[in-house]
Amino acid sequence: MEDKKIIVRLRGVVKRFDGDVVVNHLDLDIREGEFLTVLGPSGCGKTTTLRMLAGFETPDEGTVELEGKDVVGIPPNERDVNTVFQNYALFPHMTIEDNIAFGLVEKKVPKKEIRERVQEMVKLVRLEGMEKRKPSQLSGGQKQRVAIARALINNPKILLLDEPLGALDLKLRKQMQQELKYLQKKLGITFLYVTHDQEEALLMSDRIVVMHDGRVEQIGTPEEVYNHPKTKYVAEFIGASNLLEGYVTEIEGGRMTFSFEFGKINLKSRGFKMEEMFYLCVRPENLRMSQCPVEHFHIRGRVTEVVFAGSVNRTFVRLVNGQVLRAESQPDVEIYPVGTLVYVYWNPDKCSFLHTQEDQIYDVIEEEIDKTLEEEANVSIDDVLPSE
Amino acid sequence: MKKRFRSQPGPLAVFYAILVYIFLYLPVAVVIVFSFNTSERNIVFQGFTLSWYKTMFSNSELMWAFRNTLIVAAVSTAVSTVLGTLCAVGMQRFEFKLKKAFNSALYIPIVIPELVFGVAFLAFFSLVHVDMSMATLIISHVTFSMPFVEVTVRSRLSGMDPSIREAAMDLGAGEVHTFFRVILPTISPAVISGAMLALTLSLDDVVVSYFTAGPNSETLPLMIMGMVKKGISPDVNALSTLMILGTFFILFFSTRIQRKLENS
Ligand SMILES: Nc1ncnc2c1ncn2[C@@H]1O[C@H](COP(=O)(O)OP(=O)(O)OP(=O)(O)O)[C@@H](O)[C@H]1O
Ligand SMILES: [Mg+2]
Repeated sequence: MEDKKIIVRLRGVVKRFDGDVVVNHLDLDIREGEFLTVLGPSGCGKTTTLRMLAGFETPDEGTVELEGKDVVGIPPNERDVNTVFQNYALFPHMTIEDNIAFGLVEKKVPKKEIRERVQEMVKLVRLEGMEKRKPSQLSGGQKQRVAIARALINNPKILLLDEPLGALDLKLRKQMQQELKYLQKKLGITFLYVTHDQEEALLMSDRIVVMHDGRVEQIGTPEEVYNHPKTKYVAEFIGASNLLEGYVTEIEGGRMTFSFEFGKINLKSRGFKMEEMFYLCVRPENLRMSQCPVEHFHIRGRVTEVVFAGSVNRTFVRLVNGQVLRAESQPDVEIYPVGTLVYVYWNPDKCSFLHTQEDQIYDVIEEEIDKTLEEEANVSIDDVLPSE
Repeated sequence: MKKRFRSQPGPLAVFYAILVYIFLYLPVAVVIVFSFNTSERNIVFQGFTLSWYKTMFSNSELMWAFRNTLIVAAVSTAVSTVLGTLCAVGMQRFEFKLKKAFNSALYIPIVIPELVFGVAFLAFFSLVHVDMSMATLIISHVTFSMPFVEVTVRSRLSGMDPSIREAAMDLGAGEVHTFFRVILPTISPAVISGAMLALTLSLDDVVVSYFTAGPNSETLPLMIMGMVKKGISPDVNALSTLMILGTFFILFFSTRIQRKLENS
């Protein structure tokens, strides 16, 4: 992947609406043939970014390069980029066939060739027999396929998809996810896909761009973004995480001691400095519990809640400082009943360190913890752990 | 199934409905009936005749006025439909300074009393030393009917999904192609409604036309007004009957075309 040509390059892109910064110094490289997903909460500027690539919005600052050429100021109809709109945006007065042929007619492709290519597309998206229908006579999934076919027939350099599956029900969405991925692989066209569904992003993408407040938080493969989030925001946004705030208190013989309010752990040194502060991020499925002490881990807590969530068991463990950790285990793993005193540990390779930076501390997360605490306010900290 | 919750109207409702329709159509019926009356006075029906129609058609002045009316209506409808539609598309499409002000300025002619409009035209045309003629008549008709077209088309446009226009541009269509291949077909029912409005406004306009028509461009409504001053003669009834018939045909065909466009 690394040596693939870069076909889209955004540098320092800023977009403001009425003085509000919506996209904030965005840098992004898109490689040829990749499935790149922009993932972020509502209002973080995903659509705006896409629209700047398509040519519907002009950036206030920065450059947008398509195949090395700056395209700022070039209208959408002169860009080799096509869009699949969230609400399909099919032409209601045209048949499916004419909808799909629209782009080729604009390019003045000979009629015979148009007919052949439309047929090919219709087959590819499995809409045979619907050619003469009007968009109003199709189901949501079928409309979406027309929208995709209508864009793909133009062989765009890059296809922009803005939450294309947002309006479909869960089952159809799963099916369309597979179809889209298949189409992308088969045609080798670069996809820039926007979603706020993290599962969808993890499932389909070659790389994921996590956006927040108009900025890129992290770019990486689904594996990197999930297992090695770079910021607290990414850790919280993608999947559930346990975030433990602590700092390095000892470095000795290739190992370091990391101290928290509620205990300490001893890990292989990673080149950190003394007193350096981090968030340690542990995914619930990697958090383990034991009734006997585990080497290098000195964290204890009490099980406060056990939830059976179908394929996994979810256990909540309350630490001395009141923080509640979440663990998920397979049904065949022994679970500890509420009230059990446990030692918490994890595979040291299966956690990531996030630098604590003032501007990356989000109130939302604090609030969430507060809420969890409130719910269990009837249990005082003294009850949780007996004084040692 | 759909009619399950609808019940038959009671006798009172039927009676009321009949009253409404009598109220609406009795005067029109009188005009039609008396256009076939042998008597010259609209008091009693004495016998059936078509002679008033003959008189009417042999009245060269009346035929000239009829010709003028058709020309003015056709030209002003065409011009105001094109201008009004373009204006609506532009207003919808672009953001610019003082857009709100320009917007209201389009609606004001709808509420200005026609009389004021007429006097204004008279004042204006004499100020710039233009003699009243067919041209001034057409200009004045375009002026008062264009805002109606704009309003009609505009309301349709604002109900149109903006991403449809963007999709067309995205697929390679420039502004002109986007307009003709996508926007116009989508708004065409509204364009036709607007044109029908413009047509009917022009066909029966008296007030503004009174001020802006030249000596040679008298229209039917103006002529009828002139004739009525001397009392209603049966040939005016005949003429009115034909106009009612004409309006009916226009209405019939325009709704048919619209329905066809809506369904496609
Ligand atoms: N044309 C516009 N004028 C003014 N503000 C706008 C405009 N378009 C977007 N915004 C604002 O910019 C911000 C980002 O919008 P954008 O549509 O890019 O978000 P998004 O990430 O696509 O969100 P969602 O997931 O809800 O689609 C929002 O706060 C929105 O209100
Ligand atoms: Mg969006």
